[in-house]
Amino acid sequence: MITLEHVEKTYPARGGGGAVTALSDTSLHIAPGEIFGIIGRSGAGKSTLLRTINLLETPTRGTVRVDGVDLTSLSAAQLRHARHSIGMIFQHFNLLSARTVYGNVALPLELAGVPKAEIRKTVEPLLDLVGLADKSGRYPAELSGGQKQRVGIARALASKPKVLLSDEATSALDPETTTQILHLLADINRRLGLTIVLITHEIAVIKEICHRVAVLDGGRVIESGPVFDIFAHPQSPVTRSFVDPVINRDLPDTLRARLTGSSAEAGGNPVIRITFTGDRATDPVVSVLSRRFNIDANIWHGQVDEIQGAPFGTLVVELEGAADAIGGAVAFLKECNLGVEVLGHAVPGHHRVAG
Amino acid sequence: MLSPDIIALLVKATLDTLHMVAVSGALGTLIGLPLGVLLAVTGRGELLESVIFNRIVGAVVNIARSTPFIILVVAIIPFTRLVAGTSIGTAAAIVPLTVAAIPFIARVVEGAVREVDRGLIEAAQAMGATPLQIIVKVLLPEARPAIALGLTLAAVSLIGYSAMVGAVGGGGLGDLGIRYGYQRFLPEVMLAVVVVLVVLVQIVQSAGDWLARRFNKRHLKV
Ligand SMILES: Nc1ncnc2c1ncn2[C@@H]1O[C@H](COP(=O)(O)OP(=O)(O)O)[C@@H](O)[C@H]1O
Ligand SMILES: [Mg+2]
Repeated sequence: MITLEHVEKTYPARGGGGAVTALSDTSLHIAPGEIFGIIGRSGAGKSTLLRTINLLETPTRGTVRVDGVDLTSLSAAQLRHARHSIGMIFQHFNLLSARTVYGNVALPLELAGVPKAEIRKTVEPLLDLVGLADKSGRYPAELSGGQKQRVGIARALASKPKVLLSDEATSALDPETTTQILHLLADINRRLGLTIVLITHEIAVIKEICHRVAVLDGGRVIESGPVFDIFAHPQSPVTRSFVDPVINRDLPDTLRARLTGSSAEAGGNPVIRITFTGDRATDPVVSVLSRRFNIDANIWHGQVDEIQGAPFGTLVVELEGAADAIGGAVAFLKECNLGVEVLGHAVPGHHRVAG
Repeated sequence: MLSPDIIALLVKATLDTLHMVAVSGALGTLIGLPLGVLLAVTGRGELLESVIFNRIVGAVVNIARSTPFIILVVAIIPFTRLVAGTSIGTAAAIVPLTVAAIPFIARVVEGAVREVDRGLIEAAQAMGATPLQIIVKVLLPEARPAIALGLTLAAVSLIGYSAMVGAVGGGGLGDLGIRYGYQRFLPEVMLAVVVVLVVLVQIVQSAGDWLARRFNKRHLKV
């Protein structure tokens, strides 16, 4: 549905500051009907990337295709027409204060020259869809943040777009409202088959509704793939920094203090982190290890979570036993397609679980 | 107390003043409003960026704005004659008043339009709006409260200016005040003129405030 090829965006130097390359050599492919998340720190280039999709930002280099049309090749008038099939919602809603809820949702249709009667036929069901039928005559100033964003969503859907772009649409909302808005977006995605591209700096948003995700840093996509994979096997430090707080891969400090990096001299037992994904999350691996390899698996820390409806867990264990038995056990875990990572070695003297 | 004759003169002068302010205000808005919008949207980084146009028009507006009104009146007398056929009287006074109102209103409107949240322009662009649609459907409606206040300010200034053209034979309240109050030394006429001017300004200001409040949907009680 959306294909970005080698897109680069450089903002020209202005008033003292040098030129800023906000986006460099970015390629993305977003399939029809998917919810694609883009996460990155502030200033990573997320907004710039999103805004190149509807050409609010003209790329310095590269091509942007939406629904088979190369937007970079269009005339101004053609581009305006193409934008009717790309809806957009914003962090600060960007509703017209002088128009009622109805008037705001009707605006894109008015701009497209749709007759009044037809506008009504489109706007009313949309207000129903977002749960604001009773607020039709109210002004934005009379609404809560969540309600404003619902108006924003209804407005973005008015021209029956195929793509919805969301620029931090929940970042100005409280957690509860955020969840409601995200569920509304997921619901719209299912019901209308709408392709959604959303950018956020909050990993929880990605975890909640995205199918695939790209991690943006310094204007580059440093990692992308199905959300589950990114959570289960984050590759880069930036991705880890996003993922770790949510799925708690990190050891609590009290346990971390009992780890040493070097192995042999410490003489302690290896401490490994096993990552369970999908169906494997419920496998009884620990008891199998003990039985088959005759080692003790001393559980330090563990957690089971759910990402995109699939179970996902991590378990940190200290393995106690003969060196070759431990080697065999690790190999066995890898064979089972579980993530295995040696975190370090337990400082001798601590054998009992304390965490 | 004021004699019936003087009262009749006062009424006539008030109507003349209202006439001058209304006509010059209307003409000034007719030209100043689009000019102000153009100034706002042609600025650097704006919707229809055109820096050269913006600089030139901006410079002309600044020159007109910084010329003291009384000098402007005298300076454009040839132009006034050309347009009104005369350089004295109410009709002639409307010319310099309009010339002064245009840049004033243009700047006020420019400021009001520039105040509109850029996010709204961006949202409209994302919807595929043309620049003209953005001006008509987004910028002007959103700037309406500020424009109403700006035009009120312009009207109040015009009432003051219209009293000044009285000094150069323009007619209206200023003219009455000068000829009767000052030259014939009738302080009660001068006082009456001032009272009428104060009342006029109060009425215009209150009406403008009321209108701006009505237009403003940004701070509603929930
Ligand atoms: N209009 C602009 N002019 C110049 N630099 C810009 C402009 N917009 C964004 N930038 C710069 O580009 C980089 C990426 O910005 P942005 O895409 O807004 O990041 P994000 O949305 O991830 O916070 C930042 O360094 C920012 O300062
Ligand atoms: Mg941003």
